[in-house]
Amino acid sequence: MVDFNAAGPAISGRPLKASRRLAIAAGLAALATPAVVRGATEPTLKIGGLYDLSGPFFFSGRQFSRMLRFAVDEVNAAGGLLGRQVEIVGPDAQTNMQLYSSLTQQLAMRDKVSAVFGGIASSAREVMRPILHRARIPYFWSVNYEGGVCDRNVFSNGTTPDQTMQKLLPYTTAKWGKKIYVLAADFVFGQTCALWAAKVAKDIGAEIVATDFFPLDATNFGVTIAKIQAAKPDMILSIIVGANNLSFYRQWAAAGMKDQIPIASTSFGGGGTEPTLLSPVESNGIVTSFGYYPAIDTPANKAFVQKVYGALGPPPEGAVLTEASVSTYEAFQMWVAAVKATNTTETAQVVQWLEGNRTFDLPSGANTIDPATHHNTRPVYIAALQDRAWKIEQAYPAQPPSALGAKCDLIKNPDETRQLTLVGP
Amino acid sequence: MSLAILLGVQALTGIATLVLISIGLSVIFGMMRVVNIAHGEFIMLGGYATVLATQAGVNVWMAIFVVAPVTVGLIGVVVERCFIRFFYGRLVDTLLATWGLSLVIIGTTTAAFGNRNAAVAVDTGFTTIGGFRFSAYSLILIAVAVLVLAAIAGVLRFTRAGLVARATMQNATMAATLGYNPARIYMVTFGIGSALAGLAGGLLAPLSGVTPLMGTVFIGQAFITVVTGGAAVVSGTTLAAMLLGSVNDGTTVWLDPVAGDVALLAVAIVLLRLMPQGLTGRFFRNSL
Repeated sequence: MVDFNAAGPAISGRPLKASRRLAIAAGLAALATPAVVRGATEPTLKIGGLYDLSGPFFFSGRQFSRMLRFAVDEVNAAGGLLGRQVEIVGPDAQTNMQLYSSLTQQLAMRDKVSAVFGGIASSAREVMRPILHRARIPYFWSVNYEGGVCDRNVFSNGTTPDQTMQKLLPYTTAKWGKKIYVLAADFVFGQTCALWAAKVAKDIGAEIVATDFFPLDATNFGVTIAKIQAAKPDMILSIIVGANNLSFYRQWAAAGMKDQIPIASTSFGGGGTEPTLLSPVESNGIVTSFGYYPAIDTPANKAFVQKVYGALGPPPEGAVLTEASVSTYEAFQMWVAAVKATNTTETAQVVQWLEGNRTFDLPSGANTIDPATHHNTRPVYIAALQDRAWKIEQAYPAQPPSALGAKCDLIKNPDETRQLTLVGP
Repeated sequence: MSLAILLGVQALTGIATLVLISIGLSVIFGMMRVVNIAHGEFIMLGGYATVLATQAGVNVWMAIFVVAPVTVGLIGVVVERCFIRFFYGRLVDTLLATWGLSLVIIGTTTAAFGNRNAAVAVDTGFTTIGGFRFSAYSLILIAVAVLVLAAIAGVLRFTRAGLVARATMQNATMAATLGYNPARIYMVTFGIGSALAGLAGGLLAPLSGVTPLMGTVFIGQAFITVVTGGAAVVSGTTLAAMLLGSVNDGTTVWLDPVAGDVALLAVAIVLLRLMPQGLTGRFFRNSL
C-alpha cells in the first residue's frame, strides 16, 4: 500500500522530510557522477551525424550516414585525428522536424560535438542552422539544394541550381531544341529551381513553354501528359521530387512518349534509387546534371569508388554514390584537413582556416571553398542514363558558387545568418 | 478535336480513379456508418499483394483482379471481427481506432518491406488519337470503374442478398427481427468494402508504384468523395466523383495540378457547406 504522506510534496502538500531530501540528493549525485567521470577521461573526438534513418527519407539518410561512417573509419584506421579516435554521435531523426530540433540541441548541449554533418531536406537544415550557429558548432551541409544559405557557421559543399542549371540547359537546348516544358515539385527546391530555369532560359534565348507545379504526393500525371503533347515542346525539364512523382516517368513511358520528347532533370537520380526503380525502357536517355557521378574518369575517383564498394558493397543493396552522399564524405575530409592544420577543433580557428582560400582534391574533383559565401567552386557534370548506369557526357571543372554570392559577403558581414532567395528572373 | 477527346479521356480516368478508391469506403460507410480511416492502408495492402504476387510469378492481371481483392477482403474480415465490430455506433471512437489501425498497418508494412517504391509492370501499350498518345491503361481503369459500379448497383437492386443489405442499411433492428443476422451482414460488407479497396490498390499499383505511405495519398480524396457523395453508395460516389474529378482535371488543364487540388478541395468545402448530408442527401435520395 502506497504511503501518500511520504510520496512527495506534490501529493501531500507538506515539505519533504529531511531524510527524503538527502536520499534524492544522493541519488542525483550518483546519476551525475558517471558524466563527471566521463568528462575527465574523454578518449574520442565526437562529431554529430544527424540523418533520417527511418521514415520517408530513410534511404538517403542511411546512405549519407554510411558514407560518414566510412569516412570516419578511414581516418581512424590511419591513426585518428589529433591522436584521438573520431566517434560519430548519430541519432535517428526519423524524418521528423521536431526531432531535428531536439536532437540538434542534444548534440550541442549534451554531446558537445566538435562538428555536425547532417540534414537532408532544406526544412531540416533550417531547423538545425540557428541552433548550431548559437552553439558555435560548425555545420557542414552537403546536400545539393536550392542555394542561398549565408551563414558563417555553415559550409555548403553541394551544387546549387545555378551551377547545374547553367550548364544543363545550354547543353540540352543545343542538342534538342529551344522550347522547354518545365515540371516542378511544389516546394522550395522545385519553386527555386523553376525560377533559375526561367532565368537561364532567358539568358540563352530558350523559351519556357509552360511551368507546371505538382504537389509532392501527386501520382496521376495523365492530364499533364496530355497538356505536354498539346504544347509540343522540344524537351522537358523535370524538377519533380520523391517517390510519388516518380510515377510520372512510368506513365510517360506507358503513354508511348518516351522516344517522342526527351527529358532533362536536375532532380532525377539525386536520391540514388531512381535508376533501380525504373526499368531501362522507362529511364534510358534521361539527361541530368550533378556534381558527382560514380563514372567520373579520374584515377582518384576510380580508387575511391572501388574502396567504397569494397567496404559497403556495390549498388543497389550496398553503397549508392550520389552527389549528396559523396559530398558528405568530402565535407568530412575538409573538416579533418582544417583540424589537422590548426591542431584544434575549436570552431573559430577551424572556420578561419577553411576561409583561407583552400582547395581540396576530392573524388568529385578539385573543390575550393569561397570565403565570402562558404559555398564551393567545384566541378559539375552532365550525364545520361543508359541501362541503369550513368554515362558522363560533359565535365565542367571549377564552376563558381551561387550567383547569390553578390548578396552574401561573410567577410564583410560575419554575423550574417540567413537564407537568401532569388526572387524572379 | 483530338486534344479535346484526349483531355476527355484523361478526365474520365481521373473520375474513374476517384470512384475506385472511394467505392470501398462508401460501401462500408453507407451500410454501417463506419468511417474507416485505414481505408488508404487497405488500398496499399492491395498494391503490395499485387507486387508480391507478380514477383512470385503470378500473371499480373490475375494478381490485380483476383489476388489483391481476395487478400485484402480476407484481411478486412479479420479486422472487422477482431477490432471494428466493437465500435459500431460510436463514430468518434471508430475514427480514432481506425486511425490507430492505419498507423499499425503502415508500421508493419514498412518493417516488413522497407520504404522502397516497388513497381508493377503492366504492358498495355499506348493508343493514339489524332497524333496524341496516351496509355491504354486509362481505358482499363475507366472500364473497371464502370463495371464495379454496375455490379454493385446490380447486386443491390436485383439480388436477394442486395435486398437484405439494403434492408439492413435502412433499419438493422427490423432486419434482425425478420431473422437476418446484422453482425454477419456487417462482416460481409466490411469484407467486400476491403476487397474493393484491394482492387483499387492493385489497379493503381502500376501507375503510382507501391510504398507503405501510398495510402495516405489516397485517403484524403476518398474521404472527401464519400462525404460529399452522401449516404447512397452507387449514385453518391458516382456523382461526387464526376463533380470533383471534372473540377480537378479542368483546373489542372487550365492552370496546373496544384491549382487542381485546391479547386477540388474548394468545391468540396462549398458543397458540404450547402449540403451537409452530401449530394445524395438532397438529390437522388433513397437511390442506390
